[in-house]
Amino acid sequence: MASAGMEPQASGTRRNFAPWADANARPLLRIEDVSRRFGPIVAVDTLSLDIYEREFFALLGPSGCGKTTLLRMLAGFEAPDEGRILLGGEDIAPVPPHRRPVNMMFQSYALFPHLSVEGNIAFGLRQENLSKEEIAARVAEILTLVKLDGFGPRRPDQLSGGQRQRVALARSLVKRPRVLLLDEPLAALDKKLRAETQFELMELQRKLGTTFIVVTHDQEEAMILAHRIGVMDHGRLVQVAPPAEIYERPNSRWVADFIGDVNLLEGRMSDAGVIENTPAGRLRVADAAGAKFGDTVSVALRPEKIHLAPAASAGAPDNNATGTVWDIGYLGDMSIYKVKLDSGFVMKAAVANVARGTNPPVSLGDKVSLTWARESGVVLTK
Amino acid sequence: MSATGKRPLGARLIVWVPYLWLALFFLVPLAIVLKISLSQNALAQPPYLPVFDISAGWQGAREFFGALSFETYTLLFSDSLYFFSYLKSLEIAGLATLILLLIGFPIAYGIARSPRRVQPILFLLVILPFWTSFLIRIYAWINILQRDGLLNDVLLALGVIAQPVVWLSTDTAIYIGLVYSYLPFMVLPIYATLEKMDEALLEAAADLGCPRAKAFWLVTLPIARPGVVAGALLCFIPMVGEFVIPDLLGGSQTAMIGQTLWVEFFSNKDWPVAAAITVVLLCLLVVPIVLYEHLQKRALEGAR
Ligand SMILES: Nc1ncnc2c1ncn2[C@@H]1O[C@H](COP(=O)(O)OP(=O)(O)OP(=O)(O)O)[C@@H](O)[C@H]1O
Ligand SMILES: [Mg+2]
Repeated sequence: MASAGMEPQASGTRRNFAPWADANARPLLRIEDVSRRFGPIVAVDTLSLDIYEREFFALLGPSGCGKTTLLRMLAGFEAPDEGRILLGGEDIAPVPPHRRPVNMMFQSYALFPHLSVEGNIAFGLRQENLSKEEIAARVAEILTLVKLDGFGPRRPDQLSGGQRQRVALARSLVKRPRVLLLDEPLAALDKKLRAETQFELMELQRKLGTTFIVVTHDQEEAMILAHRIGVMDHGRLVQVAPPAEIYERPNSRWVADFIGDVNLLEGRMSDAGVIENTPAGRLRVADAAGAKFGDTVSVALRPEKIHLAPAASAGAPDNNATGTVWDIGYLGDMSIYKVKLDSGFVMKAAVANVARGTNPPVSLGDKVSLTWARESGVVLTK
Repeated sequence: MSATGKRPLGARLIVWVPYLWLALFFLVPLAIVLKISLSQNALAQPPYLPVFDISAGWQGAREFFGALSFETYTLLFSDSLYFFSYLKSLEIAGLATLILLLIGFPIAYGIARSPRRVQPILFLLVILPFWTSFLIRIYAWINILQRDGLLNDVLLALGVIAQPVVWLSTDTAIYIGLVYSYLPFMVLPIYATLEKMDEALLEAAADLGCPRAKAFWLVTLPIARPGVVAGALLCFIPMVGEFVIPDLLGGSQTAMIGQTLWVEFFSNKDWPVAAAITVVLLCLLVVPIVLYEHLQKRALEGAR
């Protein structure tokens, strides 16, 4: 399951969408060296980021890394201590929250308990002095869009968690913001509803063309939803890239470890593409990522890229490790084998459960050999 | 435990305790008062007729019910004294409730918005007056409000007034006493609703284009409404029937219904009239409450 969902899902429109690679493209939102401190805590630390029109951007990071703080600065609830935020080329520092063309969907939804679903959704429109007819029309339209027809007269406390989530979404979308900020929009939903809602969110974003910035600490969710992911740690962005790149070419040990499952094998760079003295013996990689002779590097190896087989008497000298099966984690669609190498290092290999059967190809305590292609290892110098 | 799903006897009895309590200490006394109000004044012990005598049997019961009449109520409605007494009570209680709201809401709001650490202390300060006896506090006010009392001293010293002002035995003194005594009952329910309110709602309002000041009217106030209503009822109802404060602080020219009741009961020894005053007062107070409940329910159902 985990790694199946991890594979980037490229739809036709997504593949062609890459304004960040275009030198002439002008970002819709530009965050320039923004910092925000709370006493001794640096919640956001000289962070810079460009986000483009129609982009679906995901901020991913562990708890407390400053994701919410960054969103709140975009919405105007916090002011940066340093740096600038430009929207469409203009500094929005002097614009109060109620005048920003930015809407936020709150982590707690923050629905008004004294208003019905309609009342909640119409709240923002009423502030724009629109005619009664127009408000009614737009509320009805958005209710259809989020599949809540007929729920208009209900109160928030008469709704399920998923319905409340969609009311909150509708309420922030109906204002037609230039940027929609979503703070863990799906955190309160169960796994199945979450998966459905993820696709609904993508659909909606594609249909409306609004720029979405979604905060999540669920990496799978970020992978599925976003054009690009910004991985945050301690108030800084450590890598900003499309999901496939983040997964296949993490730029640091930290990112490789944070996103998905990984084996990190440390060793010394010797010949071109050869790393010696790793716990798994000598490794060969296709791309040395600029590491020089003698550098200490780590090779990141995803479990699903490792081939596991009963130990052969003789194998290739490189990218080949033997050990005994230490633990088997059955996940349904696949199993994670933990293999204790002869060096004592424990490596993880994922094996798809192709055939439905009771006899696993290898069992606990068996001698196995692990092999992988030269292209599979990613050299990390940071 | 029990497969039938029936709750144990004890649990079922517990449910009936409040009903039993209400029946014993509310419905039965109310029935007695109602009965007295339908009786006639008499020089006897008890001072009214007829008296129900169970030993007289069926015949006696029929005579008893035959002797009940609405005469006292006719008297009540024909004498303008009672009418004006009711009116005065409603007026004073109504205005005092309004003043209490204007003072109580900002206090409750202030407490609810202050840092979490100091909230318990502020809360304590609001209920601190309860530590001393109500009567003593009212007597203290007599001291403050009298001609050479603290209030006049301070105002004279500040040069606000040139001559001592007569505070005591005026409606102003009644209002001061009422507002002072009932303030905690206004502040606490409002504080309870405001304290529960999620701060994120105000951010959501701002995010949706609503400036802070406007959000107070569109979000804070509607959410605090149950507390406001509870506070208003909690103050208004007992204030209408208030006796001690108008008696001690008010003048002889202001007769609130509580005082009229007292006079009928203790001076005139006219129990039926006193009982009838009580029944009418009860109706006056119950009708608006029931009406409000009804409207509230309708509003909840047809929420928009
Ligand atoms: N108002 C505040 N006062 C003091 N510290 C704060 C405040 N808001 C946030 N912080 C601190 O700033 C850091 C970043 O908080 P933030 O809420 O942005 O994290 P997050 O990435 O959204 O975490 P999570 O995934 O748990 O929601 C945390 O260490 C937090 O304790
Ligand atoms: Mg957060």
